[in-house]
Amino acid sequence: MTAAIDIATVWAFIIAFAVFVYVVMDGFDLGLGILFPLFPAKGDRDTIMNTVAPVWDGNETWLVLGGGGMMAAFPLAYAVLMPALYTPVIAMLIGLIFRGVAFEFRWRVKSERNRWDLAFAGGSWLATLAQGVALGAILQGVHVEERHYAGGWWDWLTPFSILTGVSLAIGYALLGATWLVLKTEGPLRDRAYHLAWYLLFAMLLAIGAVSIATPFLHIQYAERWFTWPNIVLTAPVPIAVAVVTVALLRSLADKQDTRPFFLTLLLFALSYLGLGISMYPYIVPQSIDIWQAASPANSQIFMLFGVAVLIPLILAYTGWAYWVFRGKVRAGSGYH
Amino acid sequence: MSSAMSWLISGFEAVSLARAQFAFTMSFHIVFPAFSIGLASYLAVLEALWLWTGREVFLNLFNYWLKIFAVAFGMGVVSGIVMSYQFGTNWSAFADKTGPVIGPLMAYEVLTAFFLEAGFLGVMLFGLERVGRRLHFVATLMVAIGTLVSAFWILSANSWMQTPAGYAVNPAGQFVAADWLKVIFNPSFPYRLVHMVLAAYLTTALVVGAAGAFHLWRDRHLAGARVMFSMAMWMATLVAPIQLIAGDQHGLNTLKYQPVKIMGMEGHFESHPDGAPLYLFGLPDEKAGKVKYAIEIPRMGSLILEHDLNAPMKGLNTVPRENWPPVPITFWSFRIMVGMGFLMFGLGLLSLWARWRGTLYEWRLLHLFAIVMGPAGFVAVLAGWITTETGRQPFTVYGLLRTADSASPLAAPAVGASLISFAIVYFVVFIAGLIYLLRLMALPPHPGEAGLPRDIPARAAGITPAIESVAR
Repeated sequence: MTAAIDIATVWAFIIAFAVFVYVVMDGFDLGLGILFPLFPAKGDRDTIMNTVAPVWDGNETWLVLGGGGMMAAFPLAYAVLMPALYTPVIAMLIGLIFRGVAFEFRWRVKSERNRWDLAFAGGSWLATLAQGVALGAILQGVHVEERHYAGGWWDWLTPFSILTGVSLAIGYALLGATWLVLKTEGPLRDRAYHLAWYLLFAMLLAIGAVSIATPFLHIQYAERWFTWPNIVLTAPVPIAVAVVTVALLRSLADKQDTRPFFLTLLLFALSYLGLGISMYPYIVPQSIDIWQAASPANSQIFMLFGVAVLIPLILAYTGWAYWVFRGKVRAGSGYH
Repeated sequence: MSSAMSWLISGFEAVSLARAQFAFTMSFHIVFPAFSIGLASYLAVLEALWLWTGREVFLNLFNYWLKIFAVAFGMGVVSGIVMSYQFGTNWSAFADKTGPVIGPLMAYEVLTAFFLEAGFLGVMLFGLERVGRRLHFVATLMVAIGTLVSAFWILSANSWMQTPAGYAVNPAGQFVAADWLKVIFNPSFPYRLVHMVLAAYLTTALVVGAAGAFHLWRDRHLAGARVMFSMAMWMATLVAPIQLIAGDQHGLNTLKYQPVKIMGMEGHFESHPDGAPLYLFGLPDEKAGKVKYAIEIPRMGSLILEHDLNAPMKGLNTVPRENWPPVPITFWSFRIMVGMGFLMFGLGLLSLWARWRGTLYEWRLLHLFAIVMGPAGFVAVLAGWITTETGRQPFTVYGLLRTADSASPLAAPAVGASLISFAIVYFVVFIAGLIYLLRLMALPPHPGEAGLPRDIPARAAGITPAIESVAR
C-alpha cells in the first residue's frame, strides 16, 4: 500500500511537471499570438513567427503528455475534469488547431496570408482564454457525485474563471513580450520593452486579484495559506514574488535583453507553486485526491518505465534544439 | 417542453451524438496515419536504394515524397491531439473504467510517437546536408520504425476493446491489468496489426501508383514517374494477395472471439445448421430479420468462415436483440472493404501482365485504372474500420461495457455544439491541407528534385514542417 502511495505522488509530480513545461513553453508562443494584433507590419510579423517557428510544435508535446498521462495515471480525475471543462477544452483544441496550421499555411499562399494571420491571433487568444478559464474552473471546484461529474455544461463560467482566463492571457502576453525582447533587436525590441512594462503591471494586478479571490473560494485554501504552522512554508512564496518583481522591473529599466524573459518564467514558476500549495493533495479540488484518482500501482509502474527513459531524452533534445536556435532573429533572415 | 425537445436532450441522443463525433474526428484522423505509416517505410526503401545503387532517381523520389510526408504527418498529429482528449470529454465513464488498462498503452503510443518526432523527424526532414548520408538514413529508418511502433500500441489498445484479456475488475468497477502481456497481446491484436499495417502499405502504394500513372499519362519517359509507378505496382501485385489471406485469417479470429460481429457482417439473421450462404449483395432489414433482394451463393459463407461447406453457423436469432450490432452498416462497409481489396488484387495482376508484355509504361488503360484506384486504399481503410468498430457495438469493451454506459454525463446540446464546431473546423483546415497535398502531387518529380526549402523557417522538431510554396 505504501508503494502505491509513493508511486501516485511520483505521478502527480510527473503530470504537474508536464503541465508546467507546457505552460511556460507554449505560453510564450501563445503570447506572441495574443500580441500579434499590435504588430500589423508584415515584416515584424514574419520576424515574430520566425522566433518560435523551430520550437513551437515540440512545445505542444507536453500538452498531449499531460492529458494522455492523466488518463492513464489518474483516470478518475480525467473522467471528472474533462466533462466539467467540456467547453473550455474543446475551445482550446480548436484554438490550437487554427494556431498550429497558421504557422505553416501563412507561408504557402501569399494572397491568403492575412486570413491565416487572423487564425494565428484568434487561435492563440481562444486557446489561452480557454486554458485560463479551465484553471479557474478547477480551482473553484466541480460538482462530483460518485465517480462522475454531476454539474451542468456551463458551470465553469463564473466571475472567478473569467478572472483567471484574463490573467493567463496577460501572463502569456508578458512571456511573449519578454521573449521578443530576448530574440529581436531594433524598433521591434523597443516596442516589446514598452509593452512588457505595461504587461508586468497588469500581471501583478492579476496575481494579486487571483491570490485574494482564491481563499474566498474554499475555507481550505485560506487555512492552507494563513494558519500556523503552514504560514512558515507559504509566506516565502509571496515574498519571492515581490523580489522577482523588483528584479524584473530593474532588468526592464536597464534594458538587459536576456533577463526579463527568465525572470518572467520565475514569476510563472512561483505562481504555479502557489497553485500547487493550494491544491495539494487534491487533483479535483476538495473532492478527489491523488490517491483516490490513481490507477493501480501496476499501471503506474508499467508506464513509469517508459517515462523514465523517454522524458529525459525528450528534455535533452528540446534543450539542444533551443541551443541550436539561440540568439537574435534578424528581420527577413530566419535562422539560417 | 415539446416532445421534440425532450427527445433531443434525452440520454440516448447524447450518446449518438458522441458516437457521431468520434466517428467523424476518427475518420479524418485515420486517413493521415494510414498514409504516413506506409510512406515512412517507402521513404526508407527509396533512401536505401539510393545509397545502395547511387542512382539519382531514387534521391529525387525521396525528396519528392518527403515534402508530401511532412504535410501528412503534421495533419495526423494535429488531428490526433483531438482524439487524445476525446476519451475524457465525451467518454468519461469509459475513461474512468478502462483508463488503468488502455491508458498506459495509449501513453506509450504518445511517448514513442513524440520521441520519434522530437528525435528523428527533424533530422530526416532537414538534415541530409548537415549530418551526412549514413546518419540521415538511420534517422529515416527510425521514423519508419517509429510509425510502426505507434501503430503497435494504438492497435493493441483498440484490440483490447475488441477482445479484452488479462484483466480483472476492482471494487470501484474499473478494469485493471492482471497480466500486461495478455493485455497487450490480446487475441485479436496480432491479426489486426498485420491487417492494418498491410492496409497502410497498400494505401500508400495506390497513392504513389496513381501519382506515377498521372505523370506517365503526360510524359511516359519521365524517369521518376516510371520508377514510382513500377514500385507501386510491385507492391500491389505482392501485397494485395497477402492482404486477402491476412484478412481471411483476421475474419476467422473474429468468428472465434466476436461471432456476433461476423453475423452482422454477413447478414446472417437466421441460423444455418447445414451450411450458411454467402450474401454477395442485398439489403439487410433488421426489422424483418432477413436480407432482402439477396444475391447469395449457398454454403459459401461456411466455406469461407469455417473452411467447410457444411459447417453449421448460428445467426442473430440466437442473440438477444439488444446485443445486435447495426447490421446494415456493418454488412455494407464490409462489402466495400472486400470489394476494394479485390480491385487492388486485380490492379496488381493487370500490372504484372503488362510488365510481362513490356507495356507497363505505355498501357493507358492500366494508367487510368491506377489513377482511379488512387484513393481506394483510404476507402478500404475507412470501410474496414467502420466494419470492426460498428461490429463491436453495442459495446465499447466487447461483451463487458456497453456503449450507453461509457459516455460522459453530458446533455445533448453540449455534444451537438462541439460536434458542429469540429465539423466546421475540420472541413476548413483539413480541406485546405488536402488541397496543398494534391497540388504537391500534381507537380512532376524532376531531376535534381530539391528537399525541403531553405527560404522559409527551419524547424527543429518539425511536426508540421514547411513545404515549398506551391503557388508561386
